[in-house]
Formats: sequence, C-alpha cells, structure tokens
Amino acid sequence: MTVNGTKQEHDVEPRTLLVQYIRQEAGLTGTNIGCDTSSCGACTLLVDGESVKSCTMLAAQADGADITTIEGLAKDGVMHPMQQAFHENHALQCGYCTPGMVMASISLLKEHPNPSEAEVREGLEGNLCRCTGYHNIVKAVLAAAGGAGQKSTAGSAS
Amino acid sequence: MSILGNRVMRTEDPKFLTVGGRYLDDLDIPGAAYVTYVRSTMAHARLAAVDASEAAGAPGVVAVFTGADVDLEPLAPAIVMLNQAVRTPFLARDTVRYVGEPIVAIVSETRAQGMDAAELVFVDYEPLPAVVDMEAALTDETVLHAEAGTNLILDMQFGRSDDLFEGCDVVVTQRILNQRVAPCPMEVRAAAATWEDGRLVHYACTQMPHGVKETLGQVYGLEPAQVRVVAPDVGGGFGAKGANYTEELMVGWLSKQVGRPVRWVETRSESMVGLGHGRGQIQDAELGGTRDGKVLAYRLTVIQDSGAYGWFGGVLPFMTRTMLSGVYDIPKAEFNSQSVMTNTTPTVAYRGAGRPEATAAIERMMEMYAAEIGMDPAEVRRKNLVTSDRFPFTTVVGTEYDAGNYERALELVLEASDYAGLRAEQQRRRDAGGPKQLGIGGSIYVEITNYGGSGEFGSLEVLPDGSAEVRTGTSPHGQGHETAWAMLASEQTGIPIDRIKVVHGDTDLVPTGGGTAGSRSAQAGGVAVHQAAVQVVDKAKQLAADLLEANPDDLVLDKVDGRFHVAGTPSAGKSWSELAAAAGSAGDGGDTGLKAMVDFKPPTATFPFGAHICVAEVDTETGKVTVERLIAVDDAGTIINPLLADGQIHGGLAQGVAQALLEEVRYDDDGNPVTANLADYAFISAAELPSFETVRMETPTPVNELGVKGIGESGTVGSTPAVQNAVVDALAHLGVRHVDMPATPERVWRAIADASA
Amino acid sequence: MIPAQFEYERADSADAAIALLTQHGDDAKLLAGGHSLLPLMKLRLATPSVLIDVGRLRDLSYINDAGDHIAIGALTRHRDIETSDVLAKEVPLLARAASFVGDPQVRHRGTIGGSLAHGDPASDLPAVVLALGGTLVARGPSGERTIAAGDFFQGFLETALAPDELLTEIRVPKTGSAGWSFQKFNRRAMDWAIVGVAAVVGNGTTGVGLVNMGSTPVRASATEAALASGASASDAAAVAAEGTEPPADLNATPEFREHLARVLVRRALEECGV
Repeated sequence: MTVNGTKQEHDVEPRTLLVQYIRQEAGLTGTNIGCDTSSCGACTLLVDGESVKSCTMLAAQADGADITTIEGLAKDGVMHPMQQAFHENHALQCGYCTPGMVMASISLLKEHPNPSEAEVREGLEGNLCRCTGYHNIVKAVLAAAGGAGQKSTAGSAS
Repeated sequence: MSILGNRVMRTEDPKFLTVGGRYLDDLDIPGAAYVTYVRSTMAHARLAAVDASEAAGAPGVVAVFTGADVDLEPLAPAIVMLNQAVRTPFLARDTVRYVGEPIVAIVSETRAQGMDAAELVFVDYEPLPAVVDMEAALTDETVLHAEAGTNLILDMQFGRSDDLFEGCDVVVTQRILNQRVAPCPMEVRAAAATWEDGRLVHYACTQMPHGVKETLGQVYGLEPAQVRVVAPDVGGGFGAKGANYTEELMVGWLSKQVGRPVRWVETRSESMVGLGHGRGQIQDAELGGTRDGKVLAYRLTVIQDSGAYGWFGGVLPFMTRTMLSGVYDIPKAEFNSQSVMTNTTPTVAYRGAGRPEATAAIERMMEMYAAEIGMDPAEVRRKNLVTSDRFPFTTVVGTEYDAGNYERALELVLEASDYAGLRAEQQRRRDAGGPKQLGIGGSIYVEITNYGGSGEFGSLEVLPDGSAEVRTGTSPHGQGHETAWAMLASEQTGIPIDRIKVVHGDTDLVPTGGGTAGSRSAQAGGVAVHQAAVQVVDKAKQLAADLLEANPDDLVLDKVDGRFHVAGTPSAGKSWSELAAAAGSAGDGGDTGLKAMVDFKPPTATFPFGAHICVAEVDTETGKVTVERLIAVDDAGTIINPLLADGQIHGGLAQGVAQALLEEVRYDDDGNPVTANLADYAFISAAELPSFETVRMETPTPVNELGVKGIGESGTVGSTPAVQNAVVDALAHLGVRHVDMPATPERVWRAIADASA
Repeated sequence: MIPAQFEYERADSADAAIALLTQHGDDAKLLAGGHSLLPLMKLRLATPSVLIDVGRLRDLSYINDAGDHIAIGALTRHRDIETSDVLAKEVPLLARAASFVGDPQVRHRGTIGGSLAHGDPASDLPAVVLALGGTLVARGPSGERTIAAGDFFQGFLETALAPDELLTEIRVPKTGSAGWSFQKFNRRAMDWAIVGVAAVVGNGTTGVGLVNMGSTPVRASATEAALASGASASDAAAVAAEGTEPPADLNATPEFREHLARVLVRRALEECGV
C-alpha cells in the first residue's frame, strides 16, 4: 500500500489490523489505539481519502490502497489548515484522540464543506475525547471550514 | 507588556499535531518482551487451581507466573486511614474478589502471542457469594477479607444528634445515588521496565512519576538512587492514573525474572475493569430550614463503595465532608460515612474525588428545599450564601475558605443565562402542555484544590545561548504546563516562551515532585517556577552589577532586548547569554550556573468557586434529555492563560453532563460488569453536548503571590448538579421531585409515570 | 483486541467466493466491509478459521433503476446509499436510514449486504428493507434465488442464507408519492437504536418496520392492520407493540421499549402524513 505518498510492502499475519500495520510495519505511531469495540475513533486515518477506523480493517483489506496518516499532513514544515485550526483553537490537550480527530475532521469537511455546528458534532460522533469537552474541537473544524472568506483547502489532504 | 493573562497558544501542539505524542506504547524498547495478564472472570471465588502449563508451552511464550510465584509483598492501602489489613496482591493467590483481578502473568515475544496463550490458562474457581450491593456488604454476611474481619474499610462517625432539625419548619430528605463511573482516559494503562546496572528504569503512564518512584523503592527494597521513573506523554489521567496498580509495578519484577525489558499495555476492555472507578456513593441527605428560605441544618450520611480492595476510593468521603456545606453558611451540619468493600473494581480518585459528590448532594437538596417551600431556587441560594465580606471563612465542619464572592458568581450566571427569560419560556411551554418541556437547573459550588497545601519543586536556568530551561515536579498530561510555566518564566525574564524548555516527568532530571492531580499544579508548581524566575532575575542582576562594576539598584532589565543595563545608559549592559556564560551554566542539573531551585510550600489549600446553570429540554414522551445550554461562571483566582483555563473548564463540564445523563458502571447481581467496553459504557460524544458559555471571574487568593487557585476539577464539580437539577426542574410541574443520575430516558419516563400514579 | 488466527482468502468473483464457501463450510465467514464481523472477532466472540474477502468485488456495488424497483448490489457501502441521488428520489427512506448507521467512518466501509446478512435486529437497515417489502437475491453453488425480506430474517443473527450462499443484490420497490419516516431512538448518536421505526405509508403501500423489538426486525403488524381499516395515527400507533417480544438489556426494559415503539410509530405515521 502507499502510506503518506510512499509505496511500501510488508508480509504480515492475516489477522494483522491496519492500525497495527501502520504502527508497527510502517513505524508511524501517531495513529493510536483507544478501544477494542470500534467506538473511540483514535485510530482514524484516511483510506483513499475517506476516514476509516483502522482498527476495524485488516491490513490485507488495505492492500493497494492509498493511506494518509497524521504524519502525512504537514508539508515542508507547514501545517495542514486543519492542524493549524486545532492549534489556534486549543482543540487538543493530552493529544491522544487528536490524530484520529484531525483525520476524521478532514474527511468530514471534504463531504460537508460548509457544515453547521450540529453537522460537525454529528460528524464527529465516532471520535471520543475525554479532555476537551469537544467545544474547541468543534470551533476548530468550523474555523477550518470558514477559511476566513478564502477557499478552504481544509477538506483535502493530498 | 505582560504575557500573563493572555490566550497564548500551546508550545506543545506542533509535535502532537504533526507526528503525534510519544505515549508508552509508542516507545521503542529494544529486546522487550510483552506481558499479558489473565484476569478473573468471577466476582468472588476461591482459586482451587490455576493451570497455566499449556499456556507456558504456547508459541512465543517466554515465561508464565501465578500468584504463588510472585514474592512481592501485597500492597497495603496508601492512605493510612484505611484498614491496613486489606492488602492487594500482585497476582491473586487463594481468592479473587472482583471480575478483572489479575491472576496470571504471561510473558511473550509479541502481544498477539500473549493473547493467544491467555486463552490456554485454565482456572478452577470455587464460587463464593458475590456481594455487589453496598448495604448488603455492610451486614458482613460475606466478608471479603478474612484478615480484616469486616467489609467496613473506613468508618467515619462524627456524631448524630436527635435534635438537629429542631426549629425547622420544613425538612426535606432524599436518598441520592452518586453512581459509579469509569474515568476512561483515552490512553489505557501501560508500563515498561528494565534493569540497567542494578538500577530499575521504569516507564510509567502516570500522573505522579515521583510517587511511582517512591512506591517502587518500597516494593523492591531499593534506595531512591537505584530507581528511575520516566513518564512519557500520557494520554489523560483524571485522577485514576495517580494510583499505583500492581500490573504496572510488577513489570520490573517480570523483567528481572526473564532477564530482559518487559512492557505492558492493556486493552480497553481490561481497562474498564482494571483501572479504578470513580464516585460510588449512596447519600442520605436531610436539609431543614424555615418557610422563608433560611437553611438551619443539614445532615449527610454516606456509604462509599471502596470496591474489592482499599485503594483511594475508600477515602473519598473525607473530601466530601471537607466540602459538606458548600457555599452556604449553615449553622448546624452533621456528616457520617462508612466505606465498604464489595466484589467490584476498586474505586479511586476521579475528577473531583469526593468534592463533586458533596456539591451534588447539597445543590440537589437546596433545589428540593426551594421546591418544597415554593421559592425560586436562585433566591433560596442567595439567602444562604457566605457573603464576600466574611473571608477567610471557617465552615461548620472546620474548613477554612480563602477568598470568594459567591453572590457575584450567582449574579453573573443569572445575567448570562437571561434567567428571567428562561423562566418565562419554561412557563410558556408548561401552559402549552406540549411534550418538550424546559428545565432550568443551577448550582453554586466551591471546591478545595491542592488539599493540604502540598509543596512543589521548580527551577529555572538560563543557558549561554540565551535560552532557558525550567524543571518542574508537576506532571502534565494535557494541561499545558510547558506553555504556562514558560509564560511564568518569560514574564520575569523577558525570554520568549519558544526559547524556554520545560522539563518534567523524569525523576533523574527533576529531584522531587508531587505530580499533577487534585488541581494542585499552578498554585504549587507554577508558583515555584515563578519564584525561581524571580530569583534568577535577582541573581542575574547581582552578577551584572559585578561585571559592570555598578550598583545593582542602578540596573534595569530590558525584557525585550534581554539585557541588564545601567538605567539611562543602555550601552553599558550584559545580555542573558553573557551572564549565563559568566555564571557557568551548563544545563546539566548541577549546582553552577545562572539558576535557581525552589521548593515552594504553600500555607494551605485554595477554594475556587462558581455558579452554573443548565438549560435542558426533556421530551416527556420518550424521557430523552437534551442539554440546550450550559452556562458556567468559574473563579479560580488569577488566570495565567485563559485559553488553557477554558479548556480545563470545558473538559470538566462535559464529564459533569456525562455523569448526570449518560455514564454509569453497572454490575449484575453476580458481580459481572455489564458496561465493560466503550460500546456499552455511554462515554459522552460531541453529539450529546452543546457549545458551552463560560464566564470568567478572577478573585485572587491571598494564599500565594500569584493569586492562583486550581481549576482542573471545577467544571465537573459545578455542572453535574446543575444538569441533574435541570432534569428535575423540567418535570416539577408533573409532580416529580427527584431523578437519580444518570437521568436516562427510562429513568425519566418512570419518574413521570410514578408521579402521576 | 487481536483476533484469533485465521486463513485469509481473497475472492476475485462471486463464483469464486461461493466455491470457497463450499470448500470451507462452517469454518469460513465472508468479509465484506468487516464492520459487523471484525468487532466480534477482535473480542474473540467469533473465531472463523477462514475469512473470504469479497470486499474487492466492485461489480457487486451498484444502485440501478430497474423499472419498478431499485436494484442495489450487496457490496454497496452505506455511504453510497446515503448519498445516492437515485435513492433520494425513488426510495428516500432507505437513503435517510443509511445516514444513521454507525458513524461516518463505519459508513465508509460497511455494506448493506454485510448488514443484512449479519441479521442483527438492532441494525437499522434490516427493518427498513422489511418495511419496504424488499427482496434479497442470493447466489449459491446451484444458482440464484430470491428471498422476500419477510422470510429472510429468521432469528437472532440468523438469516435464510445457506452457509454456501452469497447475498448479491437487494431489490427495494420505488415508493413514489408515499409518505415515509425513519425514527431512531438511542442514548448517543453513535449507538444502535434502543427502538427504531421505518415507516412508509401511502400510494398503496403500508409498511412499518421495528428495530430492536424482537430477535429479528419485525413489522408492526397490528399497526399496519389498523391503518388498513382507516385508523388515525394515534390509534394505529397505540397497538404498535402488539405481537412483539422486545429484549431487556442495558438500555431499556421490554416495557419501556413497548412504550417507545408506540410513541415513535405515532411520530413516524404523523411524518408520513397519516
């Protein structure tokens, strides 16, 4: 599969989950595991541009796919608009849910470029956070969508 | 140009946002084997046999250990108030006392192999009666710990007088359940350990690295110099990671047995039964007063669920009693409690640790009393507040509050919520009689932070390149201390915060520390850093004076340019880097250099306060409750960084709504946990919450020179009763006088049905 | 957290999948989106020794106007159903219901076929297909057959599919001018329904399906009968729970579920314009 633009190949046990492949084989530990019932979304990354809970996918199912993780967003030291919005709005505290939350938010904006607050909250129903109370996360996503009048690229992650 | 009080973005963020934090499971520990614990599936049983022989031969298994193999002394309760005869074994030997209790440790090459091998362990249980109900446990019909002889682990009887409510026109009584909840930090527990030249190096997913170091020293019989604890990035704690868990502590022992590093990370399902739970009180509350709203007496009787062992939870009622009378001047009050053991996961500190329980009780009773006498609850509260001219104020149970302005907090929350408008809307809906009714619930709270006035270490050193390094004994796991302490140091020195590094979490680099819990960090650790910075500026000034052959009183610090110079003669000066070089700063933790090390001991705790209002819509046909608005006025004294302060409040508010409406740890009658994963446990999501309306008040505390109090737990203390009160208020016109938490749709529906029956 | 070991086979055609099912028998399970199966496997509640991945059979992902009905390939993802213009026009109840399944990440992977074949009475789509009077197409070693939705769900996690059959297509009638409503009552937005209602009334059609009111999705047959004899929304809804055996669980007692069914059916019927 291609991970953050780099093609790579590994042999794994069939039962290897995509999140384990990313963390172990690909060595990208930004994506986290937060539960074992597909509830928390900490493991969210993009598969072919769409948000997926990587704990609920076998690495084998992602064979040949184009994967984007949190590590693949910033370009040449410049943060992606969603990362920037999270920073400016204090949308992270301990940071554990953050990579999943950012990836889910990017996918959300791609599908709903101009969401209402309610749509943002519903769109993040699958991403749990214990620290922030979600208030600033919602603010960040709305800010990223708003883009201060400019065309926002916050929904793209290429 | 003060940096303090500004919304400064976090210096921590870029790393977390671009590559993610480095949490314990992310650490690269070459050669490490994994440990998987096999846990009890019975709530109470004798272990007739534990057969791990097949597991021992499974692929990739390095070693297998049972309770008989572990020669570490079972842990006595850390708090001496608790019955010291109740010991927690590292691996259960003869008896298991809760579902989830560790029985076997399997060390394997990979985690997957450990999980596979775990399925090959066969445990022969001889069931014993499971005691889940606290009152049943109090009868001692089934005693959990023979050595203790009783299930009562802490009995606090302060007296009960028959005439407490003499003179009261009205007495309202209610049994209130403050239900058990699960802290659920997003990162579960994890640990790793290795031995380097006889030294134990332990990686801890903890809120208190120095506390872990001390405990490891006791457990392994090691001198302090022989133990190093490193806390990497930690994904949330909320009090539950302040405890010392046997699964973590014994990783060092396992490492010694197998001769290589050993690491552990649990699954979420394990965490739901292995990480300590929060709250768990049955409260019998009685409040008495006059017909015109003056409270005369209050009694709270608590049964606290300690769970199967004596961890921190048994002590929570002590904190509850400390904050018994809340913001009110109540002439007479009584408190008694019994902490009892049950065949459930032991309880620990969880965001507020005994104080949300106190506030939830008194705030529920104040609204019940108001309803009984037909007075607006805001009015009743106002009549009984400790007024701002009475501080420091000693409450009826002897707690001394530092500074407060509860009337102002009430005024602000009524204004911010448009209280009159809300009551009008509520009445409109009642008159219209439709299914969706409005409830307005309030709470005014005061809470105790940095209980006991614990002290903290802080140091600052300026380096020859002009940058600076802070070392702190606090242990942030989301609170933003790297930014806040840098701000404090920058305020005094003028060195920009992006040139100030903050070191924490490594006991080799920081000599002592109290960690981060109980909302202690700013008022202990922050003040220590501030004082160190003040001292460094002073030392620098002295040194500059020597070098410039000037009088120190003639020197000024130009914070923008980072130079000390003779007032009026900018050219005659010395920069921070020049001074640091002259002082021999090496950044190695040694004694030389332009540095100061402070051990700050505050005289006492501090008491943040506030007032919250929740506006809730209740669908009376389905029982569904929607929080429409949550308005929070909070005063934690001087605020270093409002951005961070708001973040703490938001997190606390969400957990309050969660306890009031959704979350509950449940067991069946046999002690089987029923909510042991995140699909079943109703962990609150963004879709169940509104954006919050926060209002800041700042009444500086006289307790420290910065005027700062703690804020981390305030949101939860205040919001939980506001939300619960809103639900009851929405249904008051239907005859409902109380609904227990969580106010699930079925609970609400039944309350309505029972009231109309 | 980590499933037990299994062998992984990838099917490059529907027939290949069927051949593999026949070969491995009860030891094998089909893997489509994996969002019903993998969670069970991670908790080791399901331990198939062979997984047959049919997720790449893109020719089983389609939404086609077939005249009087819409034909949906079994491997069509919830997200595609949610955003389908064809369904929004012709079977809006299904498009709306799909938007409630799980969360956005689940909808990017989960499929309608996977959901229906799993046969969980608490899932949203089974009750919808039941209310619509849909037809399911299954293919096995001896060829293809159609199964009416009413015959498909046979018990808790049990469907009419044989162990060697692959669900290939779901056919749902166009609902035209009929009113429709989907009501999902849950604790949190991401949860399964405590009780749900899928209703379509009008244009000669009456279908009221109930989510989580039994060991299979069930039709509120007493309500449908009442509507047929001209009852009002209120009166028809009052009998919504008749003939049902709702479960008791963490979130609700059977009694509360019956009450919710009555309330939600009434609201659904009102939204249908009854």
